[in-house]
Amino acid sequence: MRFAHRHLLGIEHLSQSDITAILDLAEKYVDMNRQSTKHSDVLSGLTQINMFFENSTRTQASFEIAGKRLGADVMNMAMQASSIKKGETLIDTAMTLNAMHPDLLVVRHPHSGAVDLLAQKVNCAVLNAGDGKHEHPTQALLDALTIRRAKGRLHRLNIAICGDVAHSRVARSNLILLGKMENRIRLIGPPTLVPGQFAEFGAEIYDDMNEGLKDVDVVMMLRLQKERMDGGFIPSEREYYHRYGLDGAKLAQAKPDAIVMHPGPMNRGVEIDGTLADDINRSVIQEQVEMGVAVRMAAMDLLARNLSEAA
Amino acid sequence: MSNITFTNARLIDPEQGTESIGWLQVSDGRIVDLGAGDAPASGAEAIDCGGQCLAPGIVDIGVKVCEPGERHKESYKSAGLAAAAGGVTTIVTRPDTTPAIDTPESLEFVTRRAQADTPVNVLPMAALTKGREGREMTEIGFLQDAGAVAFTDCDHVVANTKVFSRALTYARACGALVIAHPQEPILSNGAAATSGKFAVLRGLPAVSPMAERMGLDRDIALLEMTGAAYHADQITTARALPALERAKRNGLDITAGTSIHHLTLNELDVADYRTFFKVKPPLRSEDDRQAGIEAVRTGLIDTISSMHTPQDEESKRLPFEEAASGAVALETLLPAALRLYHAGQLDLPTLFRAMSLNPANRLGLNSGRLSEGAPADLVLFDPDVPFVLDRFSLKSKSQNTPFDGQRMQGKVTATFVAGQEVYRRP
Repeated sequence: MRFAHRHLLGIEHLSQSDITAILDLAEKYVDMNRQSTKHSDVLSGLTQINMFFENSTRTQASFEIAGKRLGADVMNMAMQASSIKKGETLIDTAMTLNAMHPDLLVVRHPHSGAVDLLAQKVNCAVLNAGDGKHEHPTQALLDALTIRRAKGRLHRLNIAICGDVAHSRVARSNLILLGKMENRIRLIGPPTLVPGQFAEFGAEIYDDMNEGLKDVDVVMMLRLQKERMDGGFIPSEREYYHRYGLDGAKLAQAKPDAIVMHPGPMNRGVEIDGTLADDINRSVIQEQVEMGVAVRMAAMDLLARNLSEAA
Repeated sequence: MSNITFTNARLIDPEQGTESIGWLQVSDGRIVDLGAGDAPASGAEAIDCGGQCLAPGIVDIGVKVCEPGERHKESYKSAGLAAAAGGVTTIVTRPDTTPAIDTPESLEFVTRRAQADTPVNVLPMAALTKGREGREMTEIGFLQDAGAVAFTDCDHVVANTKVFSRALTYARACGALVIAHPQEPILSNGAAATSGKFAVLRGLPAVSPMAERMGLDRDIALLEMTGAAYHADQITTARALPALERAKRNGLDITAGTSIHHLTLNELDVADYRTFFKVKPPLRSEDDRQAGIEAVRTGLIDTISSMHTPQDEESKRLPFEEAASGAVALETLLPAALRLYHAGQLDLPTLFRAMSLNPANRLGLNSGRLSEGAPADLVLFDPDVPFVLDRFSLKSKSQNTPFDGQRMQGKVTATFVAGQEVYRRP
């Protein structure tokens, strides 16, 4: 399998077959990760640097484990505490790292487009671990893998994405990916958090959650991104929970076998009922985390194959 | 000196709205006679234009020259060379320098620098409020005496309506023109794109095009109150146009401009976060662009300017949200405007009405026209010669042009200021 991309910057540039290829390879890594010896050496000799300009625990850990299980030398850089504070520009930081000859660069940045910019300036493969409100491709891929395993297919499903769509890169990447795979997508939330322009992507928009959840196969909840909000988007958390928090009553509108997803970290009692999140019959939230490692292994594996070809 | 007869010229006359092959005679820096057909015999030096276009030089309202403060981005010398090469014979400079031009003393500095280094006419504008902070009006009377032709806080909106209404009232008494940036300042705060599908896809902070209408509506209400002379620097959205039309119909002393970038580019040109396309206000939808062109055609939008804003590489090589706004355009204004001509949307007299005649009229200048007694500020250009723009060929110290690598058509052959040749294409 040849992956015709040098970087993984977003879902926007991927084709259906690219997406399927990543997911198929990720399945193999799911199996590997469930064995007692979870190690391969496909990235052995390669250097992976995780550059996080924004706080992250889960995504960074997931990329780190993925790299280590594939035998890469992994280094984490907490960029918030580093040279950025001393006034160095993003490009200078990138050039400096580039001079250390990394092979895989995993980048998260608070500004949309920053990872694209950085990718233009380095020689290695760049993976976008989230840029501003733009894209978070590995999250969408891991969500896709979770859905495919739970539902047996990744097309012709009714999928609801609920909550803070406006501030969410996860929502954008998912919207693009699930659209490319030919699903029906509904966006549910207050109009302050689900701007009407999203309708232009072919999504249906609902501001009534009970109506929006009717007969859906997948309920994808989003975290309320309080840190990205610079003004009142909702009147209060309790009113938000009442109208848009996922609980048993609202979920009853969905298909009986509908699954519940959340990219984490969850605000229990704000966007999702705690008991529901822990319900192993409905919630696949833990499975999403597991798929995250496998999908990131697959993505890095595919990008690294191109590196060795180029060398 | 200097009697010149231009012969065999395609004369672009924005006053009459006509173009015709003819001749034009210049004496002592002024146009003394012109006509169709062959020139009458005279002892003057003759320049055979070879059928190329001869038009009144461009009067560009809103040029940023980065003196004082950031001379590495653009000096009076480099801006003057760029203007001459672009057929711009009068630059009307912005006061958004560091520090702002808000005292007669700083204005005199600008005038002195401009005279020493610049081959084209330079008319400075001054800030409307001190430091462009929107709190206290500047010494409008003194600044006028020192040569300020208009008063503007540039892209800073005077958010305090009381301050703005007083400044407008005072300016009216001085007979001063106020140029404002119509925008609802809080709604547009932090925006890097126009809200719509593109901004959503790119995840950029966006402002509704309605913010421009809201800003213009407020300003129009203040004009009704104060009777001041007002020019909107850039009207870039379709929704603002009916309000502008009504205000004009009601007899308010209002005119409006737009930038060449908003007439020739749209939001999709930003593509993968290309920061050279980041301007303020942000590029709009294609519908807005088309509405802008139509408004220039009908004369509802009076002026087209370059909104020349030099930025160095460091200010632009940043993530889109953090990157500086603005583009250089003195040298690309004419070729970009000619895109509208080649597309069959605007004829040459209409373009020069918006680029030369109307800006001159608004500032009370006698230039911007081909008529007896007007200054011989002229641009000779070939509208058809094709080229690919290389940004490093620009004479500006900064090369942040969105047209880099693009195919364009139309080049300046020579530029004359008061009858003197200040540029000739090598």
